[in-house]
Amino acid sequence: MWLTETDLEAIWLTLRLATVTTLILFIVATPVAWWLARTRSRWKGPIGAVVALPLVLPPSVLGFYLLVAMGPNGPVGQLTQSLGIGLLPFTFWGLVVASVFYSFPFMVQPVQNAFESIGDRPLEAAATLRASPLDRFFSVALPLSLPGFVTAGILTFAHTVGEFGVVLMIGGNIPGVTRVASVQIYDYVEALEYGNAHRLAAVMLVFSFLVLLALYVWNPGAKKR
Amino acid sequence: MPRIRLLLLALGLAAAVSVCAEEAQIAVAANFTAPMKAIIALFEDDTGHSVKVSFGSTGKLYAQIKNGAPFEALLAADQRRPELLEEEGVGVPGSRFTYAIGSLALWSADAEKVEDGPALLESGDFNKLSIANPKLAPYGEAAVETLEALGQKAEVEPKLVMGENIAQTYQFIDTGNADIGFVALSQVMKDGEIVKGSGWIVPSEMHAPINQDALILNSGKDNPAVTELFAYLQGEKAEAIIHDFGYETE
Repeated sequence: MWLTETDLEAIWLTLRLATVTTLILFIVATPVAWWLARTRSRWKGPIGAVVALPLVLPPSVLGFYLLVAMGPNGPVGQLTQSLGIGLLPFTFWGLVVASVFYSFPFMVQPVQNAFESIGDRPLEAAATLRASPLDRFFSVALPLSLPGFVTAGILTFAHTVGEFGVVLMIGGNIPGVTRVASVQIYDYVEALEYGNAHRLAAVMLVFSFLVLLALYVWNPGAKKR
Repeated sequence: MPRIRLLLLALGLAAAVSVCAEEAQIAVAANFTAPMKAIIALFEDDTGHSVKVSFGSTGKLYAQIKNGAPFEALLAADQRRPELLEEEGVGVPGSRFTYAIGSLALWSADAEKVEDGPALLESGDFNKLSIANPKLAPYGEAAVETLEALGQKAEVEPKLVMGENIAQTYQFIDTGNADIGFVALSQVMKDGEIVKGSGWIVPSEMHAPINQDALILNSGKDNPAVTELFAYLQGEKAEAIIHDFGYETE
């Protein structure tokens, strides 16, 4: 085996983090995307901008705010402590929370686009057949926007795998808990262990390419249009 | 032709000014951030030169220099990296000297947390122990040696969190996310006193001495701002500042 045990541990941790983050975002981001797609509220602009913020913000800004907010004197830290969870930085779930923020727009935007492209007519048609709003969402909107969900899921997963700056700032580099693959590579490079860095970096490169290949080859939304 | 003479005079003046006020671009280990800023402020006032500094872990700075970073000098947190650079022909032979000898402190942002360092480590009464990554940062290496000397390494292992350099190590503790940690004494000391939180100064026999060496790199060989800065670092003014922050000198 040419990857070391700690490499495999880092890869496994990275995949777990990306999977958990993606699953949580499916649940959390879908209502936001739905609201953004359907609303005529004047808040659409501001909320949309807030959702897109992680696209533009340097990871160091996000990492800094999260570290302070989740610390013992921050609002999130005081909440988690009073709930008996303890502090989030340096834990797997701390990374999950950070990743959910960090990857939020990657989930919301493709799903929102998919919802918007359905248009009003299928939903109105369903309404005239006396489908309840919930029924309309689950029987009409969801199936029609499935390609958007696939795209969003792949993008979110891949983006979380590629996360580095935020993890470096709140992770504390603990093997098996917060030392994800990107941090492991950084460690190798800094310690001048270029051979190890090359091997793990190559794995990440091939993996990222395959994910994007899957996204571009299998794109049912594009074929339909 | 008086106009040409005037022009020549102006050119000559400009050249003279640029000879006097040069700019140095140097790399400095994170633990020396505060004293370096103080020293540079004095140096710039005294000489008119300007100094641009990049702070980071010694390991990172070394890797960057090896890969062509445009630094003209390195103030490392150890002796090994400057020695290597000198051997590898990247640094100017003979320019290397020990500018500071560092001390380690077990520190907490909480003013009552650290009274008896070894007893606290033994009691396990802390959520996390923050250290610098021993692979990259000499202060991390010294922290691990101290834990070994105290026989506590295995016990605290599950509570260890690692900063990428000593500045991040400090920041983990300062934000309260780690109760305690090993930092450079210089980060918490001013005018010979620990100014914030509470700390235990690790006796120097518990770890290998943290001799911090400086080296002029080849690109800085002919830059007067660099050579003068190196002379300045060994002068009285700089030495006083270095001592204020809890370092020894040779």
